[in-house]
Amino acid sequence: MSADVTKTPSSAPTRGPRELIFETGSPAARCFELPPLDVPEVGAEALAGQARTSAPALPHVTEVEIARHYHHLATMNFGVDSGPYPLGSCTMKYNPRVNEDACRLEGFAGLHPYQPLSTAQGALELMVSLADALAEVSGLPAVTLQPAAGAHGELTALLTFRAYHVANGDARKRVVIPDSAHGTNPATVSMCGYDVVTIPSNERGGVDMDALRAALDTDVAAFMLTNPNTLGLFDENIAEITEMVHAVGALAYCDGANMNAIMGKARPGDMGFDALHINLHKTFSTPHGGGGPGAGPVCVTGALAKFLPGPLPVRLGDGSFSLVWPERSIGRVRSSFGNFGVLVRAYAYVLALGGDGLRAASEQAVLSANYLKERLKGAYPLPYDRTCMHEFVLSGGKLRKEHGVHTLDVAKRLLDYGFHPPTIYFPQIVDEAIMIEPTETEGLADLDRFADAMIAIAAEAVSDPDLLHGAPYTTPVRRLDEARAVKQPDLRWRPAAGE
Amino acid sequence: MTVYPADLKYDKEHEWVRVEGDAAVVGISDFAQDQLGEVVYVDLPSVGDEVVAGETFGEIESVKSVSELYAPVSGTILEVNDDLGSTPETINSDPYAGGWMIKVSVADPSQLDALMSAEDYESFVANEA
Repeated sequence: MSADVTKTPSSAPTRGPRELIFETGSPAARCFELPPLDVPEVGAEALAGQARTSAPALPHVTEVEIARHYHHLATMNFGVDSGPYPLGSCTMKYNPRVNEDACRLEGFAGLHPYQPLSTAQGALELMVSLADALAEVSGLPAVTLQPAAGAHGELTALLTFRAYHVANGDARKRVVIPDSAHGTNPATVSMCGYDVVTIPSNERGGVDMDALRAALDTDVAAFMLTNPNTLGLFDENIAEITEMVHAVGALAYCDGANMNAIMGKARPGDMGFDALHINLHKTFSTPHGGGGPGAGPVCVTGALAKFLPGPLPVRLGDGSFSLVWPERSIGRVRSSFGNFGVLVRAYAYVLALGGDGLRAASEQAVLSANYLKERLKGAYPLPYDRTCMHEFVLSGGKLRKEHGVHTLDVAKRLLDYGFHPPTIYFPQIVDEAIMIEPTETEGLADLDRFADAMIAIAAEAVSDPDLLHGAPYTTPVRRLDEARAVKQPDLRWRPAAGE
Repeated sequence: MTVYPADLKYDKEHEWVRVEGDAAVVGISDFAQDQLGEVVYVDLPSVGDEVVAGETFGEIESVKSVSELYAPVSGTILEVNDDLGSTPETINSDPYAGGWMIKVSVADPSQLDALMSAEDYESFVANEA
């Protein structure tokens, strides 16, 4: 696969990692000049000992060098703009450019969080309108937009639950979670000072009702469930589940990671959930491939509204907008108003699609997932063979046992075929899990290209396992030493000694 | 090929136990380390801590996932394999010797009888996998 090195000149551009920007350039190079000083000059003594004694170790490059630097980094990346990105549980849908346009409008981008409310009415109206839309989609009337991501939303909701129980003079100890849950669920429970009780899934991939019944008592504060769950399956017993939870005085929490399957079709509030977080950066098309910023608004029942974080943007009787503190608020969970730019993008998406469009997006996401599932289940075992929602989970267990090819090898090989790999090794209840979520973004041609690649790789695993063990071959860097990356992370440049 | 030494006992959470007098040395099986993949971190209790059979005594992190470690027997921690802090990969390369995790004083020897023999564990794994 490697190029014939004898014919490659030494100055050929490298697709792989280059020197760091700190290691390039020359001391005289500049791409920015400070404007002339237009205030009185002061000496270092005016800074009361805080003045730095050496110049910062910044790169010295020209403008074209810095442009090439960032362009190269961008070409090293694989994003949803590069190709299909079926990363299960992450909803890597296309991020419409109009969202970017909206959030860069001067009136939004130039806001200061502490400017007078009378001068920020539009921003407040946008937040109130977005909260109204999320309340409608979720079936839960009260909404906070503050949380900065999904796990932060979980924490906010569980703190709200805790405040509710404490207000009732009812100290509870435990939170019940199924074994298919995202790892953030038990982490959130621990952060809130509750103990985690894990219950198994049944043979259809749903909540084991007997195990839930046995785990529920008046010491249980909440039951957390992702519905559809991480197997991409809608829990058929959901109404009975939330009823059982409420019967012992506990609250039902919906992890909204998988909302992209049910917008406009089913509402967590109608299922009996008391709270839900929504990942705007997944379901509502705001970018998140780089790890953020995200937004994890929390929607709750009327009974929990008075415990929400404050301040909440509200519409007043005269049509103007203001801020209020809920009566028994748990306080702020984020500075200012959360990641406001993400809220603008999400609202632009809501307005662009409308109610019918959001429903159509979910329908298409579910249809695409089922299409891929049916095309792939012959090549890879499908442990829970049911109609799925927006994602499904295959098993690489057979390839591993019979051919010594791991799911990791399959994922790496997909890179050579031009696809971002699916989520792997999650959920843990599926052996060698391969979790595929195409979203509504991909058309039939790309879905077929992906299915063809997966089927071809399954055949390669049989005919030439070592080909997969060595993959990827075509990427800027080859297989990475993930264990060393975890144990000895080397994340930043440091000046050489003496510099 | 995974191996299960005959002189050890095993539990359903894939820990092994080696009885040494009144104490039990605990680690994870070859099957468990193979399933986890490259181990990058292990969080173990301290000497003097109490562990309870069937409850977690620590966590193990691999490049794939984080998993709980379950105590096969109840008792007090007598020794901890501190070397795993800097070289957790020993759990992969040498799960039954250098990869041992904790040594526990056994409070109730009858708990050892509830554990599986190597033969029983091998068929348990074959059914699970």
